[in-house]
Amino acid sequence: MLIPHPLLGLRDAAEFTYLGDAALLNRPDPGAGEAAFCDYVYLRDNPAGVHRELWYHEQGDRSWLVVTRNTLTHEILGAELARDVKGGAA
Amino acid sequence: MKFSGLKVFAEALKGHTGWKPLWRNPEPKAEYDIVIVGGGGHGMATAYFLAETFREARVAVIEKGWLGSGNIGRNTTIIRSNYLLPGNQPFYEMSMKLWEKMEQDLNFNAMVSQRGILNLIHTDAQRDAYRRRGNAMHLSGAGAELLDREGVRAMYPWLNFDNARFPIKGGLMQRRAGTARHDGVIWGYARAADQRGVDILQNCEVTGFRIEGGRVLGVETSKGYIGAKKVGVAVAGSTSRVMQMAGLRMPIESHVLQAFVSEGLKPLVDGVITFGAGHFYISQSDKGGLVFGGDIDGYNSYAQRGNLPVVEEVLESGMALMPRIGRTRLLRMWGGIMDMSMDGSPIIDHTPVQGLYLNAGWCYGGFKATPASGYAFAHLLSTDRPEATATAYRLDRFARGHLIDERGAGAQPNLH
Repeated sequence: MLIPHPLLGLRDAAEFTYLGDAALLNRPDPGAGEAAFCDYVYLRDNPAGVHRELWYHEQGDRSWLVVTRNTLTHEILGAELARDVKGGAA
Repeated sequence: MKFSGLKVFAEALKGHTGWKPLWRNPEPKAEYDIVIVGGGGHGMATAYFLAETFREARVAVIEKGWLGSGNIGRNTTIIRSNYLLPGNQPFYEMSMKLWEKMEQDLNFNAMVSQRGILNLIHTDAQRDAYRRRGNAMHLSGAGAELLDREGVRAMYPWLNFDNARFPIKGGLMQRRAGTARHDGVIWGYARAADQRGVDILQNCEVTGFRIEGGRVLGVETSKGYIGAKKVGVAVAGSTSRVMQMAGLRMPIESHVLQAFVSEGLKPLVDGVITFGAGHFYISQSDKGGLVFGGDIDGYNSYAQRGNLPVVEEVLESGMALMPRIGRTRLLRMWGGIMDMSMDGSPIIDHTPVQGLYLNAGWCYGGFKATPASGYAFAHLLSTDRPEATATAYRLDRFARGHLIDERGAGAQPNLH
């Protein structure tokens, strides 16, 4: 898989470390309570199809990307810098 | 039809004209007491134990594809009970005991071969960890032996003992572990379940659940609605997709795990060996092919095929461990979809929907658990109480903080 890094162009996915669903950017408010944090930490949508997910360019510029990828085909539909993503995964 | 040596002999004289299909292909009935969603190893074993042990008469298994098309036909066939934690080890030892008598119970040759598994040790710290694990195995009755370097050398003199970075310092041996023919396992359970009255409905996809007042009434399928007093879901990598139809989010990510087989070779590896410095495990099939695998690819996937970086990593691990396979040619490789849970351990439990039960989260260790998973899930479905060795596998353990994390990796499924 090649990830279209917004600054560096196409990069081999092997340069990246995978974290998971980009919804992890939406950390609950500290006062949201245990149930909200339990959902945040442990539950995932895990869709079969388009998935927005966090990849860290560890062997590169050490930026976090939000990559949009199809989990059924491994087709990568786009990538953006996580810091440019307002409120994490839409 | 009972299989026996005499039967094979008699059929040989009759030109093999008397063999019958191993199971029926019935049309769905309007209603069952218990419907199992997923005709894989775990689902079919569940159906067998429901009929055999718990005397449930009206049971159906619904399978989207054909029997053996999923992970039961895609794994590397290793069976073992060498876990560490109290929530896990007694369960896997129960599974090992069921493997030991499976063929007699099912009257089917699943080629269960207790050829032993050797987990190699490469550092002093790893020896301490494996000694502790071995003691946990002894506590559950599984048995274990700690071998020193010379003990390993006597078994496999051709391993790369003096690898500068990963020297082999010993190994943890479980002699009762081994391999089983994975297709034979599903065929054996399917035949035995069918003989006991279970309806196996292949090419029948579940498209939804009918739930009223928080209670499941049945399942919508591609062959129409099927009513059920209880529904058990055992669909491995598709768990999130199926449970979403019941409105539930799961502590699971689906990941692809690749497996490999080489061209046929003369007998070389007579047991199962695991490399302790990378993630690599290898055995040799009776046909001669080296069967091996490594880590999952590490990103969410439903594709049933992986990518080349992991292929390279697995083969490098193999070369580091046993350089003599360097000129062996790879014959086939494939992928299966794993239900990676948040602590690396499975779930066999009720769900918030009444009458809906879940069997999931096997990560990439589901095959060895097949008989125990079936038994424990059947126990839960029939009696509504968890089986004694499976009480820790609760769905709400994440909320309660009672995780069973063998790897100590936290809520990061691709690290388990």
